[in-house]
Amino acid sequence: MMASSQANTQVDGPVRAVHSPAGRGLGLGRLFTSHPVAARVVSLGLFFLVWEIAGRVPISYAFPTFLDTFYAFGAMLLDGSLFVAYGSTLQPLIIGIVISAVVGVGLGIVMGLSRKAEWLVAPLFIVLQSAPMAALIPLITFVYGIGLLAKTLAVIMLALPVIVLNGYKAVRNANPSLVAMCRSFQGTRMQQITKIIIPDASPVIFAGLRLGLAAGFIGVILAELLITPTGIGDLITYHRSVANYAEMYAAVVSIILVSTLTLAALEAFEIRVLRPEKKRG
Amino acid sequence: MTAPSASILGVPHAESDIAVEVRSICKYYSEVEALRMIDLDFPRGKLTTLLGPSGCGKTTLLKIIAGLVEPTSGEVRVNGKAVTGPGPERAFVFQDFALMPWATVMRNVAFGLELKGMGKAERQSIARHYISEVGLTGFEEKYPHELSGGMRQRVGLARAFAVDAEVLLLDEPFSAVDEQNRRKFQEDLLQLVEKERKTFIFVTHSIEEAVYVSDRIVLLSRRPSRVAQIIEPKIDRTASPDAIRRDQGYLDTVEEIWQGLKHYVD
Amino acid sequence: MTLYGYRVPMMASLLVWCLVWELVGQSGLMFLVPPLSSVLVAGVAMVQTGTWQSAAWVTLHSFVIGMALAIVVGISLGVLMGRFRAVDELFSIWVNIFVSAPLSALVPVLMILFGIGETTVIVTVFLFAVWIIVLDTRAGIQHVPSSLIEMGRCYGASPFALYGKIVLLAALPEILAGIRLGLVRGVKGVVIGQLLVAIIGYGELFELYSRSFDMENFWALTIILFAAAMLMSAAIEYIEKKVDYYAGVR
Repeated sequence: MMASSQANTQVDGPVRAVHSPAGRGLGLGRLFTSHPVAARVVSLGLFFLVWEIAGRVPISYAFPTFLDTFYAFGAMLLDGSLFVAYGSTLQPLIIGIVISAVVGVGLGIVMGLSRKAEWLVAPLFIVLQSAPMAALIPLITFVYGIGLLAKTLAVIMLALPVIVLNGYKAVRNANPSLVAMCRSFQGTRMQQITKIIIPDASPVIFAGLRLGLAAGFIGVILAELLITPTGIGDLITYHRSVANYAEMYAAVVSIILVSTLTLAALEAFEIRVLRPEKKRG
Repeated sequence: MTAPSASILGVPHAESDIAVEVRSICKYYSEVEALRMIDLDFPRGKLTTLLGPSGCGKTTLLKIIAGLVEPTSGEVRVNGKAVTGPGPERAFVFQDFALMPWATVMRNVAFGLELKGMGKAERQSIARHYISEVGLTGFEEKYPHELSGGMRQRVGLARAFAVDAEVLLLDEPFSAVDEQNRRKFQEDLLQLVEKERKTFIFVTHSIEEAVYVSDRIVLLSRRPSRVAQIIEPKIDRTASPDAIRRDQGYLDTVEEIWQGLKHYVD
Repeated sequence: MTLYGYRVPMMASLLVWCLVWELVGQSGLMFLVPPLSSVLVAGVAMVQTGTWQSAAWVTLHSFVIGMALAIVVGISLGVLMGRFRAVDELFSIWVNIFVSAPLSALVPVLMILFGIGETTVIVTVFLFAVWIIVLDTRAGIQHVPSSLIEMGRCYGASPFALYGKIVLLAALPEILAGIRLGLVRGVKGVVIGQLLVAIIGYGELFELYSRSFDMENFWALTIILFAAAMLMSAAIEYIEKKVDYYAGVR
């Protein structure tokens, strides 16, 4: 989670390899690079096989086989209902994420730079970040009805805290050695912020945007399931109510697929553009 | 062992020969006294080393000279002018290199000039010169993570040379560089000192390194740090590097410093 | 921040926000936001009712069972993935997908598989919490220096002792971090699960109060929930700090 410790490697100890070991955990982006293709295919195939067998048994009357779900998915693609649903789901998601990104990154940077802003705002977002904001979603309906605005607000409520906190932590923890370097070459405060602090913080800020997007997906689906029967959430609820379980599963799988692919693409972009030092990691 | 602080061994220097004067510097970190009444002169065009046991505050003193750290009391003067912060006549080389991981070698070396607002073509041609000076020609478009520790510190050195400061402050520049590269680097540094005619202030905890590269060695005592002794190694610098490392004067000086520092080691 | 030379603790600014809440509530500008003071009064009355107590009990029950499952399964799977490459390759793609997937979409599926009741909520808590515990445990296990394991072997540690006395303890800082993040996610899971199931525990009360516009009780419920989530995460953080001292020197 923390910015790469590349720049402040150990000081007195023995010198280690130049390339820092690959970051902890497996990122989604690395999903497609660090493991041999074969392992991934086997892993996916095994899962689908187990699903298929469990569906054939069947373990529950409401558990379609993998192939049924796959055909349902194809049918929904062809009749266009998936596209209509995604249009309705992605629109508030994108608007909400863009608003959260602008507000959140700005607020995070201000908090990272100013002790006063940090004191006033940081605790609020620390609370909001670890608290179950989903509890407040039912409230939105009262004020903003069940339209686009309500869904957008649900996205912002869930996405904003993590974006703000990442931006704030990234700026606050900007490599002090680089800041000192900039000062030693008589960089102005403005140069320090634009040329050192923000570039140094940008990978973590971007990671915050990714986490915010993941939270936004949860928010928009939740809003659609709870308060506004539209989009993918409606597709899930509708097919469930008429016992079209294969279609219902297909809708659920599709939203997980879409969010996974979007997040993976973002992470690949992040590694390619923002972290030249990790490109070959 | 505790010689009077302000003493300068050898021939007294004329005022203009002193590049940096440190006057009664004291530094407290909250309750902890790091430096006590440090008085030192750094002669122009020489390489002076601050040497002392770990944690004795030699880096703090260097950062005070750089203007990165405020002294609790006392004053630093560079060319007679009091230091209030970092200035263009001083350049700093960092222990951890302080290279921007998102920038190429070229941009890192030219960074000091970029901050001054110099045009791109001009600063790049200056940077290119110093990149070749430190032996990194061909690596201009590489990123720091693609370089070894030794090469990274060469980038740090080139960046400091590029701003054409009179005084270069080097904070344990080789401590994160492996042994073989360090030796090569020390030899190259001596040639650069010869060629660039700048005033170098060098912090290290390696006795051999201090004796090998320095014109003068300032021994600092343990915290609270004071100037314990000033030594001018009598070594023939025109000899080959290998000859210097076997020179009797070199070996005697190393031994003398070790005898002086030994009782600080637990 | 310092004010007139005194250090003002950071969390003190929450009092400022409470004051803002009170003022907004008193002004009556938004009917959704009653004054904080009346929310607190309502909260004190609410916790004494049998309804709240049984709701809290049901919620806590699902949460504890779901979390216990998530911790046991998460640590076991994390250890296996950290030590055996085959297990790692088999599961890593799924763990990485589910750790950031919108699991709220899965709850309707759980509802038809496990019924509209407590089991669904328990499974939701489990699914929200388990993946991050797996990932952090795996990272912790992989960061155990091999010299420490070799040391254990040299001095004749049995495989059981090797794991019990060396590997798990060395990975403890990461495992605890995973559990803390898992708890935060688990709280979100229990709330989302109960909101969607809507007939048990806190979810039922949320549904009840928001439908009847009983904002004092709604916010009192929210404050108790937020406070519980914060306290839990603070408690784990405290334990984490206790083992943090050796995270740096392993």
